[in-house]
Amino acid sequence: MTTVPQPVAVAPPPPVEAPWRRALADFCRSRLAVGGAVVLFAVMIIAVAAPLISPQDPYDLRQLDILDGGQAPGTMSSAGFVFWLGSDDQGRDMLSGIFYGLRISLLVGVISTCVALVIGATLGLLAAYAGRRVESVIMRVADIQLSFPAILVALILLAVLGQGLFKIIVALVTVQWAYYARTVRATALVERRKDYVLAAHGLGLSHARIMFHHLLPNCLSPLIVVATVQVAHAITLEATLSFLGIGLPVTEPSLGLLIARGYEYMLSGKYWISFFPGVALLVTIVSINLIGDQLRDVLNPRLQT
Amino acid sequence: MTAFIIRRLGQAVIVLLVMSLIVFVGVYLIGNPVEVLIAPDADQLERERAIIALGLDKPLWEQYLVFLHGALTGNLGNSFVFNIPALQLILQRMPATLELAFSAAVLAVAIGIPLGMYAGYRPDAPLSRAIMAGSILGFSLPTFWVGLMLIMVFAVDLGWLPSTGRGATATVLGIRTSLATRDGLAHILLPALNLALFQLSLVIRLTRAGMRENLPMDYVKFARAKGLTARRVIFVHVFKNILIPLVTVIGLELGSVIAFAVVTESIFAWPGMGKLIIDSINRLDRPVIVAYLLVVVSMFVVINLVVDILYSVLDPRVRLSDTQAES
Repeated sequence: MTTVPQPVAVAPPPPVEAPWRRALADFCRSRLAVGGAVVLFAVMIIAVAAPLISPQDPYDLRQLDILDGGQAPGTMSSAGFVFWLGSDDQGRDMLSGIFYGLRISLLVGVISTCVALVIGATLGLLAAYAGRRVESVIMRVADIQLSFPAILVALILLAVLGQGLFKIIVALVTVQWAYYARTVRATALVERRKDYVLAAHGLGLSHARIMFHHLLPNCLSPLIVVATVQVAHAITLEATLSFLGIGLPVTEPSLGLLIARGYEYMLSGKYWISFFPGVALLVTIVSINLIGDQLRDVLNPRLQT
Repeated sequence: MTAFIIRRLGQAVIVLLVMSLIVFVGVYLIGNPVEVLIAPDADQLERERAIIALGLDKPLWEQYLVFLHGALTGNLGNSFVFNIPALQLILQRMPATLELAFSAAVLAVAIGIPLGMYAGYRPDAPLSRAIMAGSILGFSLPTFWVGLMLIMVFAVDLGWLPSTGRGATATVLGIRTSLATRDGLAHILLPALNLALFQLSLVIRLTRAGMRENLPMDYVKFARAKGLTARRVIFVHVFKNILIPLVTVIGLELGSVIAFAVVTESIFAWPGMGKLIIDSINRLDRPVIVAYLLVVVSMFVVINLVVDILYSVLDPRVRLSDTQAES
């Protein structure tokens, strides 16, 4: 007796946009993560709109009055607005300083992450796709670099390069690329052996096309997770380096520099100059990390069954 | 094993060479230390003499060869600022940094393992949730800002603990340490706590993950079925298995604690290597910058190697091999 095997469980082909829509729905399941996303969005708006919403342009010396220096939070300024978060020694409104600082901190974090992502992902793809020599050279360099803490690598680079906006971005990119290279390579090694890549080969597509149009889109999920967390790392690292006086110059007052400036006044009880920029930094980083945590749960294929 | 160690040491030598070359050339490019070091009113002749005395008149490659030759004989050049051998300067400052890093690691382990074990044992208890929320905060808080806040609360507002310096030191077994005097202990508490924060969060997370991973395993069920007390199962059987990833991470993190000490030392004016390097970068004290980086990179190479070996001793399932073999 022969029974024809019945194709019992043939699932209908899923609609094209389903994975992303499902990811979004999964993401929204965590209230914390949604809260993080809302806060981060607000922070980004503030950063972009800083010149429009700040009570004062903190770097226009004509608007500063030295008599307003070191005012406690809530004091009225001589220009007629309230120092909600106090003022620094030169009479600069801390709230405005923080808005402008967020701009620079976010800019540095996002740009360096994007550049590192592009470089790292390309190298990682190349390593997985080319194999052999190319792979062992790229991955060996990444391994060696990752065996040193990020702050040390950045310190070495900045000791060599000197201060500046461009230089700190170079340092942050150098620190980060290896994470992306590793992540992409690990995923691409698995993807490379799948049938669709074979099919693409069979169609005679170019190597570049297969790498970037076929392999890369399938390596995106872990990449997004790593990139989210890395933005937070980059922002923290930049703030730390600027605090130490080897990151951004005083002409680019990021949050780290604001905190550093308040350090000397803290011992005399003027806590607000360091405290509030730190809170702004903390809120930004925590909200990014909350999003990153949830993204990891949503996009991690090992958890999806 | 021997082949593995030899290969790793060879790799380390290459890393050190490349690093010294990059740093040497790079530091050479960032500015002329003569401008910083010589009094502005010095005349031409004095300038010339100083440049020759510092060896800055020779071409770059010759300076590098002189440096390399010196480095092989343990001489990394004299500090421009202090005018004593750079290596000696760094080695003088090293005990303070190691003491701080060691105290931080002890704090992280002593607080982190019990908290992590509890959070892993009762994942749904309110205290566990609080512990995990705290650890997320520990990851997110910028170290330097926490340091400032610690100073603000405990040194400025409450006045309980001093905020700068090492305090009184005493000599124990030939090492000057702050850990041996009351005053020294008071001085080290805040910086060590600050430095420990990140590691503490990491230890909590790893311990919790280890607990949750190990508890449902067969050997735990077997040990329980054998009639062992819960305490013995957890503190002996499970604990041993949690230790494996912990040792690696704590070992590897010891390196980054030393690197991160740069930040903590700058905040608390702790007279260690980290403060020295920041001061030297600002003063363009080239020999000290180069020497510091070489010393720290060497330390890292040793730490990484020791951790790898230790790992294979703790967990016989791990076979030592280079990364090439994986994939």
